[in-house]
Amino acid sequence: MATIIVQRPKLAWHEKAFISTLLKGLKITLGHAFKTLSQIIGRKPKVTMEYPEEKWDSHLPDYYRGAPALVTDEQDRERCVSCQLCEFICPPKAIKITPGEIPSDDPWAKVEKRPKEFEIDMIRCIYCGMCEEVCPEQAIFLRKDYAITGLSRKEMVHDKQRLYEIGGKRVGLVNKWNELK
Amino acid sequence: MAAIFANIDLTFLIVSLVKIVGFTFAAVLPLVTVCVYLERRFSAVIQDRVGPNRVGIPLTLLGFKKDIQIFGIGGLFQAAADGVKFILKEDFTPKMVNTFYFWLAPCLTVVPALLTCAVLPFGSELDLSLLGLAQPVKAVIADLNVGPLYTFAIASLGVYGIVLAGWASNSKYPFLGGVRSSAQMISYEISLGLSIIPVFMVFGEMNLPKITQFQDAHGWLILPLWGDGLSLGRWVLWIPMIISFLIFTVAMFAETNRLPFDLAECETELVGGYHTEYSSMKFALFFMGEYAAMIIGSGLAVTLFLGGWSIPFAPLLGLDFKAGATPLWLGLLHIATFFAKVLGFILFFILIRWSLPRFRFDQLMKFGWLFMFEAALANVLLTAVLMIWFPVK
Repeated sequence: MATIIVQRPKLAWHEKAFISTLLKGLKITLGHAFKTLSQIIGRKPKVTMEYPEEKWDSHLPDYYRGAPALVTDEQDRERCVSCQLCEFICPPKAIKITPGEIPSDDPWAKVEKRPKEFEIDMIRCIYCGMCEEVCPEQAIFLRKDYAITGLSRKEMVHDKQRLYEIGGKRVGLVNKWNELK
Repeated sequence: MAAIFANIDLTFLIVSLVKIVGFTFAAVLPLVTVCVYLERRFSAVIQDRVGPNRVGIPLTLLGFKKDIQIFGIGGLFQAAADGVKFILKEDFTPKMVNTFYFWLAPCLTVVPALLTCAVLPFGSELDLSLLGLAQPVKAVIADLNVGPLYTFAIASLGVYGIVLAGWASNSKYPFLGGVRSSAQMISYEISLGLSIIPVFMVFGEMNLPKITQFQDAHGWLILPLWGDGLSLGRWVLWIPMIISFLIFTVAMFAETNRLPFDLAECETELVGGYHTEYSSMKFALFFMGEYAAMIIGSGLAVTLFLGGWSIPFAPLLGLDFKAGATPLWLGLLHIATFFAKVLGFILFFILIRWSLPRFRFDQLMKFGWLFMFEAALANVLLTAVLMIWFPVK
């Protein structure tokens, strides 16, 4: 492989004595200062997004990993069958599932199981998305909510009701239990 | 006892007191907070950031619609928030420090910086006949004939604050910072002092108010554009004056520990330098002392080279100073001019800080001893030789 010897630029005396280079540097910094200042005065800072007022929600990519949530299918059936795979794979152990039986008089009795309680501790959650990946029923999804706040630890634990509230309804994907199969 | 009291000029005493409190505590210290705000905002826009823009003057609490902003630039109360934060923080003294010197050091940084205010003329004269004062009040705390000498004598005490802080902290980073700083300040003080000898040779005067009055009538030292300043002699002498201005400015940067000479604290190498172990208000005192020294340094540079309180082209505009006959509004305008110039100079300080990288320690020493010192000496000689043919006045 040929070696390329990079030639250092020959400096003039005023460059060696930092006279013209100093002025050049000041010109660059002042240029940036005036450019940004005019943007601030014109109320449109281009680089900085002033967060609580402006949000980047519309720029979120489809693969964005926000808060995990449970979804129902098109017939409002809980998709989760409480197989507990997500609970076991969750690296920070944020998910806690209490399985429950579906009574035999229920129209979905053939599914047999659904979660009695489903809790995700959002203080522990690391938004890795493994629960979504491992779920055989496609019942848990990572949504685009990212600003999860609360005043107490208890508030930060999302229970089943809250999870379905965030998740909402998803159609398609799994047709294991309906007539479309 | 009664005789002693009879000899005291009460008006003089009150006026002096008002000047001391007014200039030192009501002008320079608030200017420090202004500087901190300017530093943060200016550095932000240089780096394409927005900077602190949230802490407004809280008019919204009083039922107004919006906080005060200047052209959409908010955050004007940031400095007050910083101050409150410093007061409320825990004042922690580490166990291994030498407590007496540890406490003494911050004071020794602030006090000399504020003492040097005394000789700076921050305005011409204030005609206070409204308040029944027969004589116009000079806008300088102490009208000394050796003003700059006094300034250098006091300002050089500032190094003790840094050295003591570094030594008393009993920790390696502050120690290194203190050692570096003492070497740096001692070497650059020489060129600082030598650089303004040509200025005094030209003026034939060491009284700062008189120097400013001369510049008001005959053109600023490095901008001689009116009065006697248009003579050939002043323009020939302009060459050594501009050299002396450059050396003075560079040495001032080194004296105030500003970048590119901030080896005393350089965050990337020494954590925080000499004030690593300090917290809360003691740290704030270092901060204040540093910025106060910057303001006084700028004030001195402005007074010596840029006409102090004098308004540009004053004699042509009819805004020049006439001893004893300056109206009150012109006196106030002169004070405003002085502070505007000082603020401009401080902005230049900040611009340099965010443009240039730091010197290495050996480069710093080499530059100070092998270039600045010689250049300042040669400049004295050059001025003396030129003044044989072109004497001023």
